[in-house]
Amino acid sequence: MSTISRDEVARVAALARIDLRPEEVDRLAGELDVIVESIARVSEVATPDVPATSHPLPMTNVFREDVPVPALPVADVLASAPDAQDGRFAVPQILGEE
Amino acid sequence: MTDLTRLSACQLSETLASGEASSVEATRAHLDRIAAVDGDVHAFLHVSADDALATAADVDARRANGEVLHPLAGVPIAVKDVVVTKGMPSTAGSKILEGWIPPYDATLVERLRAAGLPILGKTNMDEFAMGSSTEHSAYGNSHNPWDLERIPGGSGGGSAAAVAAFEAPLAIGTDTGGSIRQPGAVTGTVGVKPTYGGVSRYGLIALASSLDQAGPVTRTVLDSALLHELIGGHDPRDSTSIPEPLPPLVEAARQGALGDLSGLRVGVVTQLQGEGYQPGVLARFHESLELLTKAGAEVVEVSCPHFEYALAAYYLILPAEASSNLAKFDGMRFGLRVEPEDGPVTAERVMAATRGAGFGDEVKRRIILGTYALSAGYYDAYYGSAQKVRTLIQRDFADAFAQADVLVSPTAPTTAFKLGEKLDDPLAMYLNDVATIPANLAGVPGISVPSGLSDDGLPAGFQILAPAKADDRLYRVGAALEAALESTWGGPLLDRAPTLG
Repeated sequence: MSTISRDEVARVAALARIDLRPEEVDRLAGELDVIVESIARVSEVATPDVPATSHPLPMTNVFREDVPVPALPVADVLASAPDAQDGRFAVPQILGEE
Repeated sequence: MTDLTRLSACQLSETLASGEASSVEATRAHLDRIAAVDGDVHAFLHVSADDALATAADVDARRANGEVLHPLAGVPIAVKDVVVTKGMPSTAGSKILEGWIPPYDATLVERLRAAGLPILGKTNMDEFAMGSSTEHSAYGNSHNPWDLERIPGGSGGGSAAAVAAFEAPLAIGTDTGGSIRQPGAVTGTVGVKPTYGGVSRYGLIALASSLDQAGPVTRTVLDSALLHELIGGHDPRDSTSIPEPLPPLVEAARQGALGDLSGLRVGVVTQLQGEGYQPGVLARFHESLELLTKAGAEVVEVSCPHFEYALAAYYLILPAEASSNLAKFDGMRFGLRVEPEDGPVTAERVMAATRGAGFGDEVKRRIILGTYALSAGYYDAYYGSAQKVRTLIQRDFADAFAQADVLVSPTAPTTAFKLGEKLDDPLAMYLNDVATIPANLAGVPGISVPSGLSDDGLPAGFQILAPAKADDRLYRVGAALEAALESTWGGPLLDRAPTLG
């Protein structure tokens, strides 16, 4: 019995922008339990007094010299784009109908 | 004449420098070998013969003009397909990047090109480096040269198989949870995960940014040191890159090969042996320990009690970071674009259709896991708790390195399993990485050195871990072990691999 429902999987898939077939939603609903097991496991030792480590070697405020360098040629960048027009990426409709 | 494909990179470098052979001849020999055996091994997704031969010819011409060249100039190399190469396909093993030609080179590729290493091609891998067997590649799995029915490890199984099959003397891998070291162990090759930040990640297609690290895949410890020194060091384009020079790695490897380890303390990690480890793998591990003792090292047992939580923490951190990193594959600027079968063709619907069609099962699974773990209300409990385990693991390492100069374990609990055997059991697949993951969580460097053949006749690996930024210790101890083992074997382990083709 899975603790994460089909509806929950569908909701998360929509957040992740992935179209899933119904059989994929079924399968993933079962497999997501592993994350619940993992969280139970880490919770045994992840107590409030332990600080979190986000990065293995602590580094803050990494700066480099502010020197202008040439950007990649636009033609090179657009050469592998799915669609391009007037030196720009061409994408499908991004706003709803007014 | 010598078979140029059987030489180590160091030997080949000397052969080229002495004029005994040209880089064009060496590169042709490897391209011929690829043509002869890669139908069986399937280590390569793309072979860049023209590019490699042009580089080789250029190096030969420069050498003839008396130019001072890098020691590895003219020595061919294979590059894992997750590293971007200008003008050469870079798919990361995914259909979503099929046909994409990157407009730039990764920093480490720039360094390879500047030093004159002909790039033979791009090696196979689990899609976006998610896996331990190459079975999650969208282009079919690679095969272990020791037994073609078995996995070559993963995710960098293509790089390890290419080197083990003498298709390339050198290769580049990336290691997020063991993807360089575990393939090294199961193919009888050497693999190094440098200290986090030790090799630039600029131009690596990111999986989990706080864990990813590129490194060398070779047949000898010295070859890894030579390659590591070439690709390592600070890169202003990677803000996580360590802004200090590397320790002397080649020197450490040469010194280690002399075989004197007196004064060195070797810590055996209690938690990385025993249950779940194959008896033959453990037997080879203990024999290697004895050789280190004979070389003068003192062996102590160290406990790292939080390592048993590493897998669970990794299972939360990796999908969370992957779901964020893979958001860029949306069909808008590069790669695949798929329109929805029906309904309006909006950008948002095109993104979902593209990602649904372009990602494989394992990638979808991990993105969904990660998106769930990061979604509103769960972040602190999931990702935050896993990050606390990282702190505990770092503390375990700090305590252990107070008692020992290096830590050791078997690299992987078992030898190579059969293709298909664990494909339907993701948890069993992850257990392969139980000994390699702690190093990624803590950012410390690790090497896998072949330790011999297990009872099933397949290679096992010996892992050495060192404190952050002390990568030189890996090479000193690794080279000493390699020299001692090869003198008991009477030659390199790969001499015993079956003949291919």
